[in-house]
Amino acid sequence: MCGATYIVSGGKVNMQPTDDELLLQVKNLKKHYPIERGLFKSVVGHVKAVDGVSFYIKDRETLGLVGESGCGKTTTGRCILRAIEPTSGEILFKDPQLGWVNVPDLKNEELKKVRRSMQMIFQDPYSSLSPRMTLLQIVGEPLTVIGMKGRELEERVAYLLELVGLRPEYMRRYPHAFSGGQRQRIGIARALALNPRLIVADEPVSALDVSIQAQVLNLLVELQQQFNLTYLFIAHNLGVIRHICNRVAVMYVGKLVEMTETDELFSHPMHPYTEALLSAVPRPDPRLKMDRILLTGDVADPANPPTGCYFHPRCRYAQDLCKTEEPALADMGGEHFVSCHFAHNLTLRGVPEV
Amino acid sequence: MDDRGLLVEVKDLKTYFFLEEGIVRAVDGATFSLRRGETLGVVGESGCGKSVTAQSILRIVPNPGRIVSGEIVYHRQYRSNGGPVSTEDILLTKLNPHGREIRAIRGAEIAMVFQEPMTSLSPVHTIGDQIMEVFILHQRLSKRQAREHTLEILSRVGMPKPNQTVDSYPHQLSGGMRQRAMIAMALSCNPSLLIADEPTTALDVTTQAQVLDLMRRLQQEIGMAIMFITHDLGVIAEMCDRVVVMYLGKVVESADVDPMFHDPKHPYVRALLRSVPSVSARSGRRLAPIEGSVPDPYNTPPGCPFHPRCADAKPGLCDVDEPQWIPVGREHYVRCHLYS
Repeated sequence: MCGATYIVSGGKVNMQPTDDELLLQVKNLKKHYPIERGLFKSVVGHVKAVDGVSFYIKDRETLGLVGESGCGKTTTGRCILRAIEPTSGEILFKDPQLGWVNVPDLKNEELKKVRRSMQMIFQDPYSSLSPRMTLLQIVGEPLTVIGMKGRELEERVAYLLELVGLRPEYMRRYPHAFSGGQRQRIGIARALALNPRLIVADEPVSALDVSIQAQVLNLLVELQQQFNLTYLFIAHNLGVIRHICNRVAVMYVGKLVEMTETDELFSHPMHPYTEALLSAVPRPDPRLKMDRILLTGDVADPANPPTGCYFHPRCRYAQDLCKTEEPALADMGGEHFVSCHFAHNLTLRGVPEV
Repeated sequence: MDDRGLLVEVKDLKTYFFLEEGIVRAVDGATFSLRRGETLGVVGESGCGKSVTAQSILRIVPNPGRIVSGEIVYHRQYRSNGGPVSTEDILLTKLNPHGREIRAIRGAEIAMVFQEPMTSLSPVHTIGDQIMEVFILHQRLSKRQAREHTLEILSRVGMPKPNQTVDSYPHQLSGGMRQRAMIAMALSCNPSLLIADEPTTALDVTTQAQVLDLMRRLQQEIGMAIMFITHDLGVIAEMCDRVVVMYLGKVVESADVDPMFHDPKHPYVRALLRSVPSVSARSGRRLAPIEGSVPDPYNTPPGCPFHPRCADAKPGLCDVDEPQWIPVGREHYVRCHLYS
């Protein structure tokens, strides 16, 4: 099979990269949460947290997933690892042993195997580490699950701690003795324990101070080069996204609105929501005159989204078609995917490079 | 700088927390001033004392914290019976934190907006009741008048359908709407100073843009000064006239916003500006982080607090002597041995 074909909202989209280049393909992923009412819990509607998302990640690249709170980026990340069960859709992952597998179809034993190659780094380094476990236990837990113990285990943990810039002598200490940045390093060491291929990093630096953020971002880049890692990097900070990602996917109310290479997205956005998002970022230079696009109203409710394009009530380019017809995610050329009826007609503003 | 323009002066403020584990010098020598109508940015990483400085001005430092030395002068302006404007100096540090005087100032003349609107609004009272309380307490309005004023201020902060929102509870509103309600409450008595402690940190960028725009517009209408506390350098660059940078309880540099970003002096400020990933820089560059981490507040390093992380530190000087507050330009001060 060459060239994955996607069915996106009825339209067919050809994606250029071949299977060999890819590590993960997500096709029409949905996660709907039922809204239950009354004594018999009758279902009166659904919160469409993720509603038909399709994207792919190439081997050894970093794909950024951006969007505002509630847009479904975290849910998407967790569905990929099956930390939560997706409602429907395909999640094709190229496992180093098993080859291409569809993650939602996996049974317990297979899923355990595949999960060795997919790990997660969490946002909050304070709540994601057990306060009752030492570093040896935290970082070594995935290793004990596969049966490693004793000296071998300690040596591996010491190696992992050194890798993330912590001193191996600290392995008998508890997380409370460490700062936020160090705790995040502990979480990274644990994620690396089983030599994963794919790491889903969910806002890994958002809880850290500015000066520590840069340290952790540099560490993630170094580890990626050293171990040929692939990252799905979920974040809302567009500065961080621009710095670390090769490609970026933008989500709005459970749907993907745009996906392309990072510098292309920032200099030539093609979706009006991306344009507004980029223009909203305050930039650290008082000499820049901001000509900001202020969105009116609030983000749409995923339980009761608007008709047509979900962004149309806030879009300054919206026309009648946008109110009735939902746009499909389409390739505008050069792997630049946009779901907007007027993507070809609009000239949108990016972020000028300094 | 003429004295009439001054609104608040903070002089060598020290606020310590006396804990069983030891003394935390949360604010350990903060000096800066705020002029009428200007926006002062206070930047720093967590634990640098920026929030405690704000709490000290309002005299709401939580136990076991205490202002141990220094002065905070509030230059209050008032007009008695249509006469000329007179100024009165109030030493906020000398007031009883529970006394009548500070309670008349707090919330009316000096108001505050906090980071997390959900935790600073009461979940069991409607938005309207909470804003009305301010009018009833500070301006002694009747309930009906207070409600009318509340509706007016809610529409001024851009709350959609104020007639409905006034009777809704905080959990029924979105984050941006809650922050608008907080701002409405803070501005209800036309304060001369608004202290905004990370007011947009919990918000999404597009919502943040709306709230920042609102704050700027209201500032022009009311003419208040804003003390804007944040760790986001982008927000500072956009909103502020002047900036003070804090590190481990000390103000390390203070300048107008342009020199602070284009000609920073303190090695910490320079390193901080370099370490921020920018939306306008091409991807793939290596970031220049500040090595190490902020020291433990119980045992801060001797000499300059930044010296263990400073690339320019001079052994025998920076780790021994505490640097002085040195002028390096027009209204530009720095606390660093490199400039003495």
